[in-house]
Amino acid sequence: MSKKLHVTIVDDDSSRAIILEKALKDAGYEVIAVLRSSDNLLMHIEQRQPDVIIVDLESPNRDSLESMRIVTQHNPKPIVMFTNDADNSMISEAINAGVSAYVVDGFNESRIQPIMNVAIARFREFQALRSELEKTKTSLEERKIIEKAKGIVMAQRQCNEDEAYQILRSLSMDNNKRIIEIAEQIVSITEALKQ
Amino acid sequence: MSNENILEKTALNIGFIPLTDCATLAIAKEKGFFEKYGLDVYLSREASWANIRDKLAYGVLDCAQMLATMPITSTLGIGGWKKDTVSSMVLGVNGNAITVSNNLYSELKDRDEGFDKVRPVTADALKAVIDKRKAQGKKPLTFAHVFPASTHNYFLRYWLASSGINPDTDLDLIVIPPPQMVKNLEADMVDGFCVGEPWNQFAVNSGIGHALITSYEIWNNAPEKVLGVNKEWAYNHPNTHKAVVKALIDAARWIDKPENRLETAEIVSRDEYINVPTDIIRGPLTGEYKYDPESKPVNFPDFNVFYKYTATFPWHSHAAWYMSQMIRWQDIPDSLDTRNIINDIFWVDFYREIVSEMGLDFPLANCKSEGTHRGSWSIDTKNGSLEMSSDLFFDDEIFTF
Repeated sequence: MSKKLHVTIVDDDSSRAIILEKALKDAGYEVIAVLRSSDNLLMHIEQRQPDVIIVDLESPNRDSLESMRIVTQHNPKPIVMFTNDADNSMISEAINAGVSAYVVDGFNESRIQPIMNVAIARFREFQALRSELEKTKTSLEERKIIEKAKGIVMAQRQCNEDEAYQILRSLSMDNNKRIIEIAEQIVSITEALKQ
Repeated sequence: MSNENILEKTALNIGFIPLTDCATLAIAKEKGFFEKYGLDVYLSREASWANIRDKLAYGVLDCAQMLATMPITSTLGIGGWKKDTVSSMVLGVNGNAITVSNNLYSELKDRDEGFDKVRPVTADALKAVIDKRKAQGKKPLTFAHVFPASTHNYFLRYWLASSGINPDTDLDLIVIPPPQMVKNLEADMVDGFCVGEPWNQFAVNSGIGHALITSYEIWNNAPEKVLGVNKEWAYNHPNTHKAVVKALIDAARWIDKPENRLETAEIVSRDEYINVPTDIIRGPLTGEYKYDPESKPVNFPDFNVFYKYTATFPWHSHAAWYMSQMIRWQDIPDSLDTRNIINDIFWVDFYREIVSEMGLDFPLANCKSEGTHRGSWSIDTKNGSLEMSSDLFFDDEIFTF
């Protein structure tokens, strides 16, 4: 990799954190901070922008990290959660399903590289899926507006659906605008006239 | 049936978050109510609401203290794994507050010296401060709450929005674990927060914040924590489920006796529960609340209610209000069948069956109108009537479902 990935560790068990830090460094990562649960994780993320966050599943910061995933203004980051508690490995399926976090059962130094790779790959997949979903949502919204505009044209011109669409299309070409923009104009003008 | 009352399971793992209103669980354990019903309960202190949600969904926990909104979000799969979750009992009403930093408090005072003279305090002065900061090109204020779809989030948003503040664009809303709130306020990392006790009183008593409004004032006697159980578990353990609810109702009745409040404060302050000095917990539990570091505590008998006024009954109109706020802030779509969802989640008939077996009374209705009752009133019950109390919103809104 051209630039070393920046990693932040959150762990209250300092001896475990030291081992983790060394293993990450050996694997070619740059550990930019080792924080405790009580440190201000959100501020750290904003200021230092780590590429990956590694956190103990039993850290209260889980709730903050979860909110970051939802609030888009805070850049989402791949999160690796680890646990040494056998009970907790049962919930890893639930968390892995959320995909922005990746849970590992214990931290074996020799497995660091593959764990990090999988976590980052899964995160990127998730981000791609999310932007795809956003796109689908917009095109659905757009389709609704175009349908509405078509309905208005059909009523105005007493024409059928195909003809209405053709009219929208030629308006779009004549004005050098996208069909959705034309449709939005028609809908908003019609609604303004109704009032 | 011969095995009608046999417990399907006796050794239980019940999750809680270290906050004052974990009292119902702590007292059921410490005062032997779980034992009375044949249960051997381990109370598992959890670090995050996300862990509570996931551990309950996966059966690591048998039951858990949940935010009143969480059975809904778990069932709908909002923010996490989708898992049908039910609740047959409320563990406490009221108990949160909105607190601001000393710096923000003086800014509010500069705008309007008397802004907090009359309670409940509105966010009008805050709106003026936000507008002024915007005009000056200053960075937006930051407020914290405790979990994405939390009761705190919705109380805070409701209060802000009623003064014309857009919580999504006029300020930054972030999530901070409750025990870290005060430190963040002190370091000016956040300008205010909405959290449960003991953290507001801790900020006020340490002289680093001012409580502006309590959740009681925003909406009187609204459910805050509930007992959450995953639906599959509930189907497989009906008798155990009943025994848990019975023990918790006994505990709630015990706590609501004024003479037991001090001991309750002592118990929940212990290391294995909240692990803070009893002094910090005591005020609100014994009916005293302190808004400002320099002023005397005021009389606040219903700051935490556990049993009175049908506090343990999972009113469907309460759940419906929370869902209306989830829709309002686009956490859930408005196309859902709210009524059916609430019927599936909040088991009022199961509650009635349980309390009947205990010889206690219960409301006949599943819903009441919210925002229409001021002070004491009574509601029709199986055996006659029960005493109720206010359910007003601070802005005089009315909510019917």
